[in-house]
Amino acid sequence: MLTVTLVTDKVQSTRPQHRGRRRGGLPVQVPAPFEYVRATSVADALELLERHGEEARLIAGGHSLLPMMKLRLARPEWLIDINDLAELRHITVDGDRLRVGALTRHADLLGSDVVGRLFPIVHDAERVIADPVVRNRGTIGGSLGQADPAEDLTTVCDVLRAEVYIAGRDGERTVDIHRFHRGPYETACQQHEVLTEVRFPIVAGQGSAYEKVERRVGDWAVGAAGAAIVLADDGTIADVTIGLTALGLEGLAVEAAEVLRGQRPSDELFADAGRLAAEASSPIEDQRGPVDYKRHLADELTRRVLRTAVARAGALSPVSGG
Amino acid sequence: MQVTMTVNGTEVTRDVEPRQLLVHFLRETLGLTGTHWGCDTSNCGTCVVLVDGEPVKSCTALAAMTAGHEVRTVEGMAQNGTLDPVQQGFMEEHGLQCGFCTPGMMLTARALLDRNPHPDDGEIREAISGQICRCTGYATIVRSVQWAAAHPATPTGDPMPTEQEVTA
Repeated sequence: MLTVTLVTDKVQSTRPQHRGRRRGGLPVQVPAPFEYVRATSVADALELLERHGEEARLIAGGHSLLPMMKLRLARPEWLIDINDLAELRHITVDGDRLRVGALTRHADLLGSDVVGRLFPIVHDAERVIADPVVRNRGTIGGSLGQADPAEDLTTVCDVLRAEVYIAGRDGERTVDIHRFHRGPYETACQQHEVLTEVRFPIVAGQGSAYEKVERRVGDWAVGAAGAAIVLADDGTIADVTIGLTALGLEGLAVEAAEVLRGQRPSDELFADAGRLAAEASSPIEDQRGPVDYKRHLADELTRRVLRTAVARAGALSPVSGG
Repeated sequence: MQVTMTVNGTEVTRDVEPRQLLVHFLRETLGLTGTHWGCDTSNCGTCVVLVDGEPVKSCTALAAMTAGHEVRTVEGMAQNGTLDPVQQGFMEEHGLQCGFCTPGMMLTARALLDRNPHPDDGEIREAISGQICRCTGYATIVRSVQWAAAHPATPTGDPMPTEQEVTA
């Protein structure tokens, strides 16, 4: 928080903002001036994006964009508010997919019994994303679109092999989550497009889990791991995916998953997978911890989520509508 | 631009800059300084107000985004001169010392009790986990919310006496 204040003071001293001043002349943190417009539909949002060009940004929960605007890390000329687009806020079981609208709030996901039953990993992650008040505003689309390397839902979507729906001028397109996420703060969603929906494949018998280590409640992850497992009738592992958050791994931990496939679950096996996940990670040292500690987290958290996911596998009850 | 919203039951219309944050709209444009402005980075939670009944950090919302919605601030908690049970609870159980976090804490507590009238201590702690108090150590805040849960407002707005208090 201290850093934030200093940066802002510097900005204020070089770029006076008379109307952004607090009584008494002290600087306040407000975004630079912009124009504001509310979209009334996805089609309207697309038209507004086209009309206002490169310097327009969509805003939903605003908990990533507004802080960046206060710090001048983002300076859009137009904000297009999509909070009224009820068509983008839904959680629906549709055949073998769970469809989640991009404007669905974190609190909606956490409050959904169907999400918790089908994908307990989503509830594991949502419980440790920011805090309950922030979760009232933040959205799944905003989290994926921001593509912060320490963001939890990207790993969850990776592990569940989610698909992302993106609307553009020429209609809607589908992108696999690993193609959607192109690196830190970069996604396949173009400037003139709108992320509309995330779809999760429903897999009978799947168990899943997410675990995160954070310095304090609501903080970004020091490190986190997620896993999804499907057991065969003979009790061996038929399918498994493992992902890491904030530990320098893009996409899934493929080699760690490979040692598990076809094997019977055991702590020795999970230890092998943990070691391989740690080897696949490439964390950087920062204020949240040194590299060896983070590698240790990759190992330990991988073991733990595998254990939990196996314990949950097979517990899936038949789906009967959303 | 012009925004219209309902604040504590009264419709207000004001000219604002699109970039004006809700917290500054409430404090400076409307003069409702009961909503406090703290860290400005959505960490501390002292700026929490209710928007359509849900707690929201008003330092990370634009006044423009709130147009058309219902806002409730600490000034709107007391009804007809009677404190909300949550406010009374903070008095009874010493839920505040310096008072800086108190408006946000009380509004989050109000929203919690509206959807869960009998929370356990863990549920109260979870509900206020996005808000920071540097004085009380939270124990008295939790007790204050429990006091409010035990004394829900009567239709006239007065906190209901508990059975013990009636027989005492």
